Order: sequence, then C-alpha cells, then structure tokens
Amino acid sequence: MRIEEDLLTVRHAVRAATLRAGFSIVDQTRVVTAASELARNAYIHGGGGTVTIDRLTLGGSAGLRLTVKDEGPGIVDTDAALADGFTTGAGLGHGLGGARRLMNDFELHTVPGQGTTVIATRWAGR
Amino acid sequence: MSAPASGGVPILRLGDVLVTGLLNELDDTTAVAFTEELTSRISSDGARGVLIDISRLEIVDSFVARTLMELTTMARLLGARVIVAGMRPPVAITLVELGIQLTGVETALNAEQAMAAMGWHQSLQPAGGGPG
Repeated sequence: MRIEEDLLTVRHAVRAATLRAGFSIVDQTRVVTAASELARNAYIHGGGGTVTIDRLTLGGSAGLRLTVKDEGPGIVDTDAALADGFTTGAGLGHGLGGARRLMNDFELHTVPGQGTTVIATRWAGR
Repeated sequence: MSAPASGGVPILRLGDVLVTGLLNELDDTTAVAFTEELTSRISSDGARGVLIDISRLEIVDSFVARTLMELTTMARLLGARVIVAGMRPPVAITLVELGIQLTGVETALNAEQAMAAMGWHQSLQPAGGGPG
C-alpha cells in the first residue's frame, strides 16, 4: 500500500478471499471492514505498508489470516491505541479496537521507530 | 433533476429534498468532494431535507461513519435534515461490533420510508393495488 487507491485494492482482495473461503455474508463484512481499518491505519500512521492474506484450515473449518505490516513510527501506548475513542488520525478512534472485536484472534506487535504488525484471524462460523 | 457529479456521486433534487446515494467504493477523495458538493447544493437549492441511500455500501468503516456524521452535522447547521437509508443488515451488525453508533444520524430502513419521513407520500394506487 503506497497510495490511497491501494486501500480499495486491499478490500477487493480480502473480499475475494472471504468468498473463496466460503464465509457467510456477515463474516465477509466483518473481515473486509477489519481489513479496511487496519489498512487505513498502516497507510495513515505507518506511511504505507503491506497486507498479506493467508488461507487457513483447522479441523475442517476455514479461516483467513490478515497480516498488516508497516515500517512507520510504531505505537507508543498500545493499550490506549486499542481503546475506543483514541485517535491520532482522521478516524473515530474505533479502528484498532474495533478491528480486534471483528476478528477471532488479534495480535499487535509494535516497535517504536521500527513499525507495526497486526496479525488478525477470523474463522468461518465462529 | 440531474446534477453535476461530485466525485462521481450524483445528487438529484426532488422538490426541497436532495436525493443521493453513496457508491460501494467510497474513498477519501470522493468523500471530501461529495461533502463539499452536498453542502453547497443544500444552500443553493434551499434544500430542507437530504436522503443518503447507502444500500450499495458493502462496508461502513470508521472513516465512512465519520463522513456520515459530519455530513449530518453540516447539513443541520444549514437547516436541512439528513436521513441515511438502506443500510444492509451485515453492515449494521459490523458497525455495532466496531463500536460505532452513528450518533446524531437519523436512519430509515429504505429510501421510500426516508422520503415518507420527510413528508413525501406515495400517490394512491389504483384499485387492486400495486406491488409496492
């Protein structure tokens, strides 16, 4: 992701992946919305970055793992960043915490000065 | 009734109501252009109401939500009432889970009910009725 149009490309790719994984329409919407929040964070706060989509299977159920990585300034206070209402950008402050609620598993790794990586997974029907 | 596009989003006028619909791909640039066009149209057209149909939006993230709340506030400052209509059920579920309540934004199930709320009524159907 380097330009704004790339955010739409991310949404399209994630939507296509949720369809291929057989996600319900509600799960599709959850995952695409979470991807939109995370990609926007990486674009605005991280100065761009990469999104990787991995298809997972576990005991016959399908999952999707999003890895959103930037090399921006990092997040100094992760607890605050995950709290609703906290924003340093153009959003509502629900982006990171909201994305965590929309996914089943959520990992946030950040190193000040070196960047941020979010790994978020959603399983179909869970 | 048609009007110049604003970032690709047409704004139509029906009496004193402006009718518009957000497309699936609402990006930042389009949102800004749309906000500016809509506020200037409210003023120039003397609109008292604005219907924003979002039935084509497949997701509403915090950016789109913020845009809708700001539009509603700006329109109110200009004396116009905004109704956002047609949110898809999965979008409503996801918004609640995101923690966004669209505070201050009036909503309607669909465009028809939004227009009725703003005082527009369907003319009576011929005997036997029509398919709604």
